[in-house]
Amino acid sequence: MSVEAEHDAGRVTAFARVFFVGGLIAYRGLFNWIRPSMYIPTMLIGPVFQILFFAYLGRYSGLEDDAFFVVGNAVQASAMSAVFAGTMTIANERNFQTLSPLLATPANRFALFMGRALPVIASGLLVSAWGFVMGRLLLHFHPPLASVPALALVTVVSVTSCTAFGLTIGSVGMRARDVFMSANIAYYLMWLLCGVNIPLDALPGWLSQIGRLLPLTHGIAAGREIAGGASLRSAGGLVWTELGIGAAWAAIAFTLVRWFEHEGRRRASLETY
Amino acid sequence: MRIIRLIAVGLAFHVKSLTLSIFFLLTSVFMPLLVATVAYYMFKAGGKPGTLFYASLGASVYGIWSSTLFGSGGAIQWQRWQGTLEVLVSAPAPFVLVVLPLTLATSAIGVYSLVSTLLWGRLVFGIPFTIEHSLAFVVAVPATILGLGLLGLLFASTFVLYRHANALSNMLEWPVLLVTGMLVPLSLLPGWSHPIAWVLAPTWGVRAIREAALGGTPWPDVGITVALGAAYLALGVVCLRYFESAARKRATLSLT
Repeated sequence: MSVEAEHDAGRVTAFARVFFVGGLIAYRGLFNWIRPSMYIPTMLIGPVFQILFFAYLGRYSGLEDDAFFVVGNAVQASAMSAVFAGTMTIANERNFQTLSPLLATPANRFALFMGRALPVIASGLLVSAWGFVMGRLLLHFHPPLASVPALALVTVVSVTSCTAFGLTIGSVGMRARDVFMSANIAYYLMWLLCGVNIPLDALPGWLSQIGRLLPLTHGIAAGREIAGGASLRSAGGLVWTELGIGAAWAAIAFTLVRWFEHEGRRRASLETY
Repeated sequence: MRIIRLIAVGLAFHVKSLTLSIFFLLTSVFMPLLVATVAYYMFKAGGKPGTLFYASLGASVYGIWSSTLFGSGGAIQWQRWQGTLEVLVSAPAPFVLVVLPLTLATSAIGVYSLVSTLLWGRLVFGIPFTIEHSLAFVVAVPATILGLGLLGLLFASTFVLYRHANALSNMLEWPVLLVTGMLVPLSLLPGWSHPIAWVLAPTWGVRAIREAALGGTPWPDVGITVALGAAYLALGVVCLRYFESAARKRATLSLT
């Protein structure tokens, strides 16, 4: 093997190590809710009651059936992980005063920050899957068995897309004073804007337009079609749109990370509040 | 007299302090507005526009509940984080009289929720604001705030031993919103959930406010809200003494 080839192999190994191992370590160190005593009540029990609440409110309002609310809220519950964990795994570097040493390393920035998405996505999938299972057990939600793989795929795409959105909010935490308030507001606004509980055509036009630019909106719509018996092919357009929106948010997140790093160095404000 | 002064001064201090907290403005203003908005659109799209004022009142009480829950969860936790819990416990005043003004303040700032939600409904959605029994409404609101504040005291007292009280707060927000009939009538819920609703002050508080606003017999609901509050106070005092003593024995008071 030539020296150049060895260098290339070394770079790939370093990239993979920072992306996978570094991402996992960052998630474990920076996600405040990772302890079971926090994770179970907040990430698992809370969302079940959120699903039940909106399903019962849906029954009372006569808007839609249980399946509408189970799919919407089970997918949206993944945002608990995507938005809050995504935010914490970047913004807490600054809170814990580790941002400067981190940025002093020569590590590839894409691997350093985007690698944190994988554990966040895994956690989001767990939360969503739990929501679907509890919806199946507690409410009138009985999707055809054949639709489960497609529903799982749509959930993976939606959670990934939403995680990119969470990383965007987290990257703002490299500059903003209190990004967790923004994370809270963004998470809760999804109930209104992403078609989680209200069909987009029931919202004013400008609100539904905002919803169409956010993650989860198209994924939830695709999930509902598939849970209703449609094929993955027929919901393909929605799935690709969700993926595209996720890619756009990931690009925004990475651009902001690089910009705030550059600005933080230039203004010596990386860890000032 | 000293007890009244301590509670009054503590209440005023904590209301001012919480009013300056963006987090509490989020829980007491933004969240009820959002829940109300979601409910408005759901009712409108579901063909039940006549229930919008009903939703407004329910969302208002949800705001009081939400700020009380997170406030009572945080009442002990924040003191731990700031290193002041041991000082407060060792102060000459009974600890319950130190915690009580804080939990009452967290429910009192729920007034922001009531005002903002009703204004939001009126200005943005054109929901008419008419009160059938004005006097009962004026009594029902503080009675509900008192009942919820005392429920907050009971929560706070049990949170002394638990280091992750905020996790319990996150967990309890939805179940209580659901079972107390703030937005979903109890008649729609399974029968086994009704006894749980009956021992929770928000159930009777929201009924009192609704019956006063929409017409009905609010006074029995006001009475039950206050009676439950008195029961929470008695239980809270006992729990706080027991858990405070247990935390001292185990030396876990200031552990975060």
